Amino acid sequence: MTEEVIRAENLTKVYNRSLVAVDHINFSVREGEIFGFLGPNGAGKTTTIGMLTTVLKPTEGTALVLGYDIVKQDSEVRKIIGVVPQEYTADEDLTGYENIMLCADLYGIPRDVAKKRALELLELVELADFKDKKVETYSGGMRRRLELAIGLINRPKVLFLDEPTLGLDVQTRAATWDYIRRLKKEYGMTIFMTTHYLEEADTLCDRIAIIDHGKIVVTGSPSELKDSIGGDIITIAIKENADVTNIIKSVENVKEVRNENNIYRIKAKLGEVTTPLIIEALRKNGYTVTRLSLTEPTLDEVYLEYTGRAIRDTEESKEAFRAQRITLRRARA
Amino acid sequence: MSNANEYKPSLARGLWALTYRELKKWLKDPVMLAMFVLQPLIWMGLLGKSMNIGGLFSANNLNLPSQIPIPGNVILSPPKLPLVVLNGTALAQMFAQMGSKVMENTFGITDYFSFMSVGMISMIVTTTTMFSGMSIVWDRRLGFLDKVISTPVSRAAIIFAKILNATLRAMFQATIILALAYLLGLQLSPTFTLLNLLGVYAAIFLLGVGLSSIFIAFSIRSTRMERPMQFISLITMPLMFASNTFFPTKLMPDWMQVIANVNPLTYLTDAIRQLTILPLDFSALIWDFTYLGFFAAVLSTIGIVLSWRYLTR
Repeated sequence: MTEEVIRAENLTKVYNRSLVAVDHINFSVREGEIFGFLGPNGAGKTTTIGMLTTVLKPTEGTALVLGYDIVKQDSEVRKIIGVVPQEYTADEDLTGYENIMLCADLYGIPRDVAKKRALELLELVELADFKDKKVETYSGGMRRRLELAIGLINRPKVLFLDEPTLGLDVQTRAATWDYIRRLKKEYGMTIFMTTHYLEEADTLCDRIAIIDHGKIVVTGSPSELKDSIGGDIITIAIKENADVTNIIKSVENVKEVRNENNIYRIKAKLGEVTTPLIIEALRKNGYTVTRLSLTEPTLDEVYLEYTGRAIRDTEESKEAFRAQRITLRRARA
Repeated sequence: MSNANEYKPSLARGLWALTYRELKKWLKDPVMLAMFVLQPLIWMGLLGKSMNIGGLFSANNLNLPSQIPIPGNVILSPPKLPLVVLNGTALAQMFAQMGSKVMENTFGITDYFSFMSVGMISMIVTTTTMFSGMSIVWDRRLGFLDKVISTPVSRAAIIFAKILNATLRAMFQATIILALAYLLGLQLSPTFTLLNLLGVYAAIFLLGVGLSSIFIAFSIRSTRMERPMQFISLITMPLMFASNTFFPTKLMPDWMQVIANVNPLTYLTDAIRQLTILPLDFSALIWDFTYLGFFAAVLSTIGIVLSWRYLTR
């Protein structure tokens, strides 16, 4: 039997009595899995992590982390979790090693144990050569790795990662994924992470919860979610300016048709067989197909299916994102 | 895997770790450290030496000729005196003697530089504690605070570390200023012993605890550095002038004396003066400490309660 490591019950957070960031969410995370919260910026992911890591108090509801209540037994929870926040939190004026040791002191880890472990962790994230350099000289990827190492100093049973690869380039991102997988394997840790990168959720997570406007829309493993869409996605554009939804719907195996500015997203079983049939039906009615694509479902489609919009639409420019984060930070205050 | 109860996060260890971090940051930055020493040096060297109030009453400043002839008709009694000649040098000396009496009655000692450099200690102590308390804004903006509160360290340790850091810095600076002032000509009173320094530190500690905790509470809620900075520059000067930092309060207008008498700076400055440059008046010193203790107790209670509420939001 797999043990339940995190269990959230009606977890809710309302800022300033009006901004509902997390809206009565329920979910559970099993032992040893990587559980991902996928959603656009502002969906309530960071707020959820804040509550689970006892930094924020829920407005309503609660959650159990390894059986400890995050509201009533917050100090017990803090001892057994590790947190890697979105921001770089290490002190820039101290060295990487000093930062880890500072955290060890805060956890009350015996000095000799802490020293050994700090060196081990620095080795693990490949920062051993830079341990005595000030953090301000580190690159983005190095800082991220250091944050990981700091989050592991107390050998947590549950590790919380908030957007672990936010703002990293593609290569560093892939390397970070490797570290996370290694952590899971070497320490058998349960990992709760948030992301707004579909690819990250797909390759890294065992199970995903898609969160939108503070609510969990759907939960499942990436393949379950893809299967849940029930078939392949055919995208078709026609030359004529007319609504052909009904013609397409009449074709066998077509399950659903959505018209988005005269581009039809068709969900169908056996896409390879169904596509020629659709073209045939359209031609019979005197329409010309100008564009066509057939895809097996990806998380992109899953996301679109459940939230009604593409996650790309919600990704803003870096500036807009930063502005939003500052706003949120103020709201959280 | 490890057992959750293996670690014992203690208040003392957390407090020391966080304080040590701040002090290390500070000591590792030689430019900052140099500024901390330079600032009082410049103030004392320029302001202290330029406001040469003692010089006003010196014999040289009167600049009398050695012989001062006075026509007989100005003198009414005894009548009909011929021309009288006064000894200018003696007169100037009399003036200087009266002058130092005026100085002593005003400042308690004849040397204004000594008076003022102690005031400088209070000033620097005040600004240092306020600014150190404010560094929590950075901790919050840079995410460090979020990291710390996600660890099991006691919330009290987070606040106390800030307070301790502020007061330790203030004590360190006070030591430097006192040493510099001594080199520049501060005259210690005969009642001064090295033990008195402990009293000086205690007084600074009390003011530092009170001021820094209220400033931590004030800045922990603000996300930007500008507002607290503005606030510091707004209140520093009035705090300084409406106290005995540069001038004794007894010559101030009544309304200003009222302000000066509740201003903790007045009591800190007086306590340090009693302990260093003035002949020690024990009852005055006790009163100073009582007020400072009261100030520290009230403000730190308010400050800690407010910060606590924020940290456990």
